Amino acid sequence: MISLPRLLTIARKESRQLRRDTRSLILAFLVPVQMLLLFGYAISWDVRNIALGVFDGDQTESSRAVVDAFRGSGYFDVGQQLTRPGDGRQLLDRGDARAVLVIPRRFEQDLNAGRPTSAQLLVDGADANTATIVIGYAQATMASWATARGANPAVMALVPQTRIWYNQTLETRNMIIPGLVASIMMIVGSMLSAITIAREWERGTMEQLIATPVDRREIVIGKLLPYLVIGFIDVTMIVVVGSTVFHVPFRGSALLLGVSSFIYLSGTCALGLWIGAVAKTQLLAVQLNMLVAYLPGVLLSGASLDLSPMPRVLQLVSYAVPARYFVTLLKGIMLKGVGVATLWPDMLALVIYAGCAIWLGVHALQKRLAV
Amino acid sequence: MSDTDRPMAVVSPGSWARSWLRLRRLFLKEFLQLVRDRRSLTMLFVAPILQLLLYGYAITTEVRNLSTVVLDRDETQASRSIADALVATGYFRVTRWATDRSQVARALDQGAATLAIEIPRGYSRSLLAGRPLSIQLLLDGANANTATVAEGYAMQIVEAQGAKLLARSAADVPVLAPVTLESRAWYNPGLESRVYFVPAIAANIMLNMGLMLTALGVVREREQGTMEQLLVSPVTPLEIVVGKVLPVAMVVLVNVAIVDLVGIYWFDVPFRGGVILLSAASLTFTLAGLGAGILLSAIAKTQQEVSMSVFPVLMPMMLLSGMIFPISSMPRVIQWLTLANPLRYQIAILRSVFLKGAGVAELWPQLVPMVVMAVGLMLVAAWRFNRRLA
Repeated sequence: MISLPRLLTIARKESRQLRRDTRSLILAFLVPVQMLLLFGYAISWDVRNIALGVFDGDQTESSRAVVDAFRGSGYFDVGQQLTRPGDGRQLLDRGDARAVLVIPRRFEQDLNAGRPTSAQLLVDGADANTATIVIGYAQATMASWATARGANPAVMALVPQTRIWYNQTLETRNMIIPGLVASIMMIVGSMLSAITIAREWERGTMEQLIATPVDRREIVIGKLLPYLVIGFIDVTMIVVVGSTVFHVPFRGSALLLGVSSFIYLSGTCALGLWIGAVAKTQLLAVQLNMLVAYLPGVLLSGASLDLSPMPRVLQLVSYAVPARYFVTLLKGIMLKGVGVATLWPDMLALVIYAGCAIWLGVHALQKRLAV
Repeated sequence: MSDTDRPMAVVSPGSWARSWLRLRRLFLKEFLQLVRDRRSLTMLFVAPILQLLLYGYAITTEVRNLSTVVLDRDETQASRSIADALVATGYFRVTRWATDRSQVARALDQGAATLAIEIPRGYSRSLLAGRPLSIQLLLDGANANTATVAEGYAMQIVEAQGAKLLARSAADVPVLAPVTLESRAWYNPGLESRVYFVPAIAANIMLNMGLMLTALGVVREREQGTMEQLLVSPVTPLEIVVGKVLPVAMVVLVNVAIVDLVGIYWFDVPFRGGVILLSAASLTFTLAGLGAGILLSAIAKTQQEVSMSVFPVLMPMMLLSGMIFPISSMPRVIQWLTLANPLRYQIAILRSVFLKGAGVAELWPQLVPMVVMAVGLMLVAAWRFNRRLA
């Protein structure tokens, strides 16, 4: 029978120990703040001010109009005009430009004669991601210039109307901050609890604890309770700072977010407990955690990296990564504003995960006792 | 000691010889400690490869097989040809055919589709009449990168397909001669992400392993109390540092070589630069990592603290290095901050050497700060280490 006072006593002991442990506190509170600032403020994939070199071999009204279209697109920073087409190579080699636009001679002449015409865009492809986006912007700029030039409603109508849902401005932080919640919880929930358990084994105090009349489940729950609380504080902080300071939308229900976080956190803490019991030492616990919980949680959760272009094997593995379901839930609640009706499969997956993890955690403790 | 050795022992070359002997023993001891058991061997040589494979395959923002839902209200050959054109490029994969708007919304809400395309009723007829109706594209912007790229592709495909159909129509629409933009990507014509990431991962592993292993080695000694024993032996502090750092440097460089080779032969990363420049830069940067490791061991007191420093120390260095997120997209202040990050220079150097075949002439602006930092870190580390011992 679980006794509440005993359970709370363990929780109190645990949180007192935690309060004196500076490095755990750093991990629990400083690292989340640091990551939030980094992801919210410092880094993004947003491609703006693309340095563009131009070689205008035509020097006509049309060619200048094309250059103006690039300048006016808001994406390109049209720099120096090159005098020789070969200079483009140098510009890219030195990294002074990300792309070079080459307009051939007789561009206008061909245009007016109704012959198919093309300009050339040389892109620094080393950074494939940025390059892909640069090419996309350039194509769109060129296409809209060409379409506008025709001013033919029939041709204009061929351009599809595009609407972007959930993240209209396509900002990186809107997609990364919900994912951040999941990875912070991995650190706080799994890493911290694994270290605590491993430390008890290392110091031999787990035996003492077991020798007391405390029930196994009381140990598990009592030990995990403080980390659950910290996890909740972190989630609240990230979501509140994210939506007030960084204007990440929050469109869904806070209650649903709370419930999902609770399920995910319980599972993650229990997983950490299992890792701690298996690892036996704090050092190995940390390293195992990186490999088992943290890396897959960041790379295979779909938080910032899309899963669809990955090899099939990794896609299959990603189904076993609980963070994947939690990230779907977070994005669903924060960005899409959808509810249980849509998200229940992911919640179910999390419940199953939490159930398995808790069973593993309790079981690990039991097995250790038998030895 | 033999007679021939004896005279050497009194003059200074003899002390060098003894120092060399001590260093060799220390080196051997450290080396054995590093590779002693299977667990640490695995951590040393399997983890970097795993990391490389995981990053090499996982970090790609290419758009491929993107799940698409089609709401075809026209249901003609013309409308179906648009879906076919999308699939034919390999960028998109039609996972659902919707019959009304709510199904489209549901697919996007669930994340079952990233792109939705709605073809209006009468599309084919209006096209034949020369008054085409507009097609609507809906994108899930929750993944901003994918959406940006997918939008460009989808617009182009739909537009081109429409133009083709319009040109075939009976109506006398003056279709303009197409103006196109031919794009050519230099250095990486296939625009593959992994070509860009593998050199960065090599740099990251150098820093990561150099820093961790050095710090762990020093801290372990202190934790177990064997540092005092070492100090009362005739070994000098400098010998301790060198003896600790050298085996780590070897392990790191072997790993880097493995990662480079796997990158070149498995991931087909082009290698266009000079081997000497690559080796020299790798060696210098590894030294920087080792120096940072000794500094870290002055701050962290236990092995576990060293391991956890991944989050407050290594993560920010990685994020602010241009490895994944371009430095040019960061706010100005943060861009200045990255100038103090040695990883930034090493990644730029490796990428240029691998992909652009750059030499010293192009790379000296990166090489100079990196060398300065490596030397500086080593000096500060040696000074800290000496002071702690005193």
